[in-house]
Amino acid sequence: MIPSAFTFYKPDNIEKAISLMSDFGDEARVIAGGHSLIPVMKQRLTDIKHLIDLSGINEIKGIEITGNQISIGAMTTQVELINNEELFKKAPIIREASLQIADPQVRNLGTIGGNVANGDPANDMPGLMQLLDATYKLSGSNGVRDVKAREFYEGAYFTVREDDEILISISFDAPSGGYAYEKQKRKIGDYATAAAGVILKVENNMCSSASIALTNLSDTPVYCNKAVDIILGKEIDNNILTQVTEACVDQSDPVADQRGPVEFKKYVAGIVIKKALTRAIERT
Amino acid sequence: MDDVKTPSREERKSALSGLGTSRKRVEDARFTQGKGNYVDDIKLKGMLFGDFVRSPVAHARVKNIETSAALALPGVHAVLTAADLEPLGLHWMPTLAGDKQMVLADGKVLFQGQEVAFVVGDDRYAVADGVSLVEVEYEELPVVTDPFKAELKDAPILREDIADQKEGAHGARRHPNHIFTWEAGEKEETDKVLEEAEVVADEMVYYHRTHPCPLETCGCVASMDKVNGKLTVWGTFQAPHAVRTVASLISSIPEHNIRIISPDIGGGFGNKVGVYPGYVCSIVASIVTGVPIKWVEDRMDNLMATAFARDYWMHGKISATKEGKITGLWCHTTADHGAFDACADPTKFPAGFMNICTGSYDIPVAYLAVDGVYTNKAPGGVAYRCSFRVTEASYFIERMIEVLAQKLGMDSAELRSKNFIKKEQFPYTSALGWEYDSGDYHQAWEKAMKSVNYKQLREDQAKQLQLFKDGKSRKLMGIGLSHFTEIVGAGPVKNCDILGLGMFDACEIRIHPTGSAIARLGTISQGQGHATTFAQILASEIGIPASDITLEEGDTDTAPYGLGTYGSRSTPVAGAATAMAGRKIRAKAQMIAAYLLEVHDDDLEWDVDRFSVKGAPEKFKTMKEIAFASYNQAIPGVEPGLEAVSYYDPPNMTYPNGAYVVVMEIDVDTGVSDIKQVYALDDCGTRINPMIIEGQVHGGLTEALAISMGQEIAYDEQGNVMTGTLMDFFIPTAWETPNYETDYTETPSPHHPIGAKGVGESPNVGGVSAFSNAVHDAFKPFGLTQAHMPHDHWRVWKIAKDLGLHS
Ligand SMILES: Cc1cc2nc3c(=O)[nH]c(=O)nc-3n(C[C@H](O)[C@H](O)[C@H](O)COP(=O)(O)OP(=O)(O)OC[C@H]3O[C@@H](n4cnc5c(N)ncnc54)[C@H](O)[C@@H]3O)c2cc1C
Repeated sequence: MIPSAFTFYKPDNIEKAISLMSDFGDEARVIAGGHSLIPVMKQRLTDIKHLIDLSGINEIKGIEITGNQISIGAMTTQVELINNEELFKKAPIIREASLQIADPQVRNLGTIGGNVANGDPANDMPGLMQLLDATYKLSGSNGVRDVKAREFYEGAYFTVREDDEILISISFDAPSGGYAYEKQKRKIGDYATAAAGVILKVENNMCSSASIALTNLSDTPVYCNKAVDIILGKEIDNNILTQVTEACVDQSDPVADQRGPVEFKKYVAGIVIKKALTRAIERT
Repeated sequence: MDDVKTPSREERKSALSGLGTSRKRVEDARFTQGKGNYVDDIKLKGMLFGDFVRSPVAHARVKNIETSAALALPGVHAVLTAADLEPLGLHWMPTLAGDKQMVLADGKVLFQGQEVAFVVGDDRYAVADGVSLVEVEYEELPVVTDPFKAELKDAPILREDIADQKEGAHGARRHPNHIFTWEAGEKEETDKVLEEAEVVADEMVYYHRTHPCPLETCGCVASMDKVNGKLTVWGTFQAPHAVRTVASLISSIPEHNIRIISPDIGGGFGNKVGVYPGYVCSIVASIVTGVPIKWVEDRMDNLMATAFARDYWMHGKISATKEGKITGLWCHTTADHGAFDACADPTKFPAGFMNICTGSYDIPVAYLAVDGVYTNKAPGGVAYRCSFRVTEASYFIERMIEVLAQKLGMDSAELRSKNFIKKEQFPYTSALGWEYDSGDYHQAWEKAMKSVNYKQLREDQAKQLQLFKDGKSRKLMGIGLSHFTEIVGAGPVKNCDILGLGMFDACEIRIHPTGSAIARLGTISQGQGHATTFAQILASEIGIPASDITLEEGDTDTAPYGLGTYGSRSTPVAGAATAMAGRKIRAKAQMIAAYLLEVHDDDLEWDVDRFSVKGAPEKFKTMKEIAFASYNQAIPGVEPGLEAVSYYDPPNMTYPNGAYVVVMEIDVDTGVSDIKQVYALDDCGTRINPMIIEGQVHGGLTEALAISMGQEIAYDEQGNVMTGTLMDFFIPTAWETPNYETDYTETPSPHHPIGAKGVGESPNVGGVSAFSNAVHDAFKPFGLTQAHMPHDHWRVWKIAKDLGLHS
């Protein structure tokens, strides 16, 4: 469990970090909280020659809320997301989901940026950000650009981020309506067997807006557009919930692992989706 | 005399913190402050590090090992392969089970993670880089991971070194992948009883492969002093003296020139009994380089290659009358030993004490056969917090009881009660040949049933079942019962030895002039709290406060010879030696007191911390006074000093027992189980320290929870380990750990000097069946008879699915 040798850099601004990234190309990697990166380095599953620590760059830390606009710096830790009262008021689902990530030790160091940039389908925040229709701000040698969370993920550990780009911040509008993030896992500190997030609004007994996303049920997070199409404008009853759940499960494509075979995961996906829907509706 | 100031007898007694006191653990001050001294804390001048190149595949011929790139790396000093060890005869080593094991791959590898080469370098970093540069050419061979396929005619032969040997260490071998057949009991008679029985239940019970996974992994520091020829090895050894003798036998270094030291050990659970290639390679590397070598495995190494536990397929038949009186028991076990038979059992018991599988029941006739086989998995088969295979045996009988109750349509609590060995039957000789020392199973069972309000639980369960059937709930309730009997404290030298070393143990005591003392034992604590509890035994025996007694273990140059700590043997064996040595001290103290008080020995009586003159209690000599006198008085016929040593050969094993109840609620859709209640009643005979007992029970129950509900070493068909990290190998956190209610009855062992039986392993032994039985019990109304552990979410979900509960 010893990584191969690397050089360590700790730039104090984003320009320096980007210039290091473009100098070293794919031999370089940024490190945020290290709780996804260090384990793979220790197992020598990845060989990184240059490690660029982002923890000295203050401009990409912190939570900013202006009106309904929320912007979170990439280097904001999960525990900061949990403890921020204003964020909780505007988007309570962030706390609900973050508290289901790993354990307190991991959350003290793990960052939102690392969690969403990593591209690990087991991470909870990519699904959460798709649920919130968040926008990622990326900065690289070719300048700054915005990418929708729903368009960021291409496959397990593959994203549209260029090698020299750094995720700067994540922004989204404060959601309205009922919400829930449901996750089944084997124990504290485990990734999801299946997890689902739901945000929806019911007006005059009709579903007026909805968003549903899944975690660890495919090689990327799953935004359930088909299910959303089904529920929008409909009266909420058991029948429609079953249809919505089925549509979500149809879009999932889990792989077997020690948590269980595909059949089980799809079944449990249905359960957590239904639970999330029910709880979100209760909260509208 | 001032009466107020004279402490009463009770006060003097409580000042000793002796037997029965919940004395705080003296070890904890250093452990909780990070001041423990573990193997990895040992740093010697000039020390180098070693680590292994391990096989990525489960079965292959090793065609070539190219070490030049590694050797060219700055900081790498040496790379050892089997070829380097062969001239010393150390490329293979004997196992404790009478087999032999490769130290480094000799022509082939037999399991994933097997040690192939040992790289020595300046520090862990250089070594890790060196390891990654050793190139090994493998020619892959077909893999067998299923013990039932291992004995097929065309199965690949794993152990080519012994392929033609028809006789193994434990008798005839019928196939190149077969290790032994071990039998106990009466085959024909049992067959006959089963044939003629009114009711027979027949089931295959699998106790899956798991792993002790101590918090501290295995490791050592070997230091060969070439000037004086002395080899010192600090290591994670549960049996330091046995390691010294084995090291001397295989290295031909004279035994007096070997010093084995077990420093603080961070949990063992059987994982640290055996001898591992890492120890041998470190010793050889120290001899070769002339400097100390440290090797400490990482978590993945430990889970992948260091000794596993269980992996027993137990086919059982149990017969009874229609009224539920058990008439016979039959068991055939297929034991998956992995690539080498490296079990750590007493030599004459290749399947350990599996023949305790008649459990707590008066079963007139029984037969057991165990077949050991080789597969392409890591070697081991150690006693994970149990006496050799006792957990397997206990799980087997407690499942068979449940299956039989189902067949009889009888409540399993009642079935147990009907068949318990009765109090008046002790000492009781079981059908498979053990002499149970003492017990009052009915008393324990009734207390347990009353404490949990068993009747009410069954009513609650019936209500929950009705809600489920009515479609109002997706949850079922399960009540898991278990009554276990262990066999611990190995053991009598007449039938228990390891590689010819009798399994006695020893204690040596020295009383200092000012009345404090040091005691040394042949055991070694790995968290059990020996320094606390053995001092308590002594305090009661010799009247010196426990806090004035230093307890030392683990250094073979200073401790008396003993067989170490595992199989709950420390209290039954070394604890007895401690009491006996204390009694020798007291006998001499009595002579000294008689001299000082100018009376005859027989005129004195022992009174807590002193000898006083019979009928004149104001005339006395305290142990403190006697101790000083032993150093400054010339007493005719009595040697100066106050010391004693006792080597204790136990006349019998001890038989701790207990009654456990687990209540859980199971969600049939998610497979998630919610543990509502865990009640554990233990009878470990005399209770030395109730607080430590409770701690031991909590720890063991948590392991039992882990094992039954998720913990496993899983392989795929290619022999890849699927559970190589703690992400997949289940260790419960505080979050997953339920509340525990502990309780007790106290039936002293009649043959142990203080009546103690040992408790450290009971909760693992009794707990696994209780948790597993609760899962089974929840699904019993739908006809489930057997579902193999671990009962993790998907396997529980699968039970529900197969029973048609998912509509
Ligand atoms: C025991 C354990 C359990 C866990 N359980 C969960 C869980 O249940 N759910 C969950 O979601 N997560 C879980 N995690 C992961 C944890 O949340 C990580 O901390 C997180 O995924 C990564 O964040 P980090 O800040 O540690 O990133 P790092 O590990 O530092 O980085 C991860 C990857 O992202 C890249 N990266 C980081 N920041 C940026 C950036 N600003 N721009 C571009 N690339 C960047 C890095 O180069 C690296 O490739 C667990 C981790 C552990 C150790």
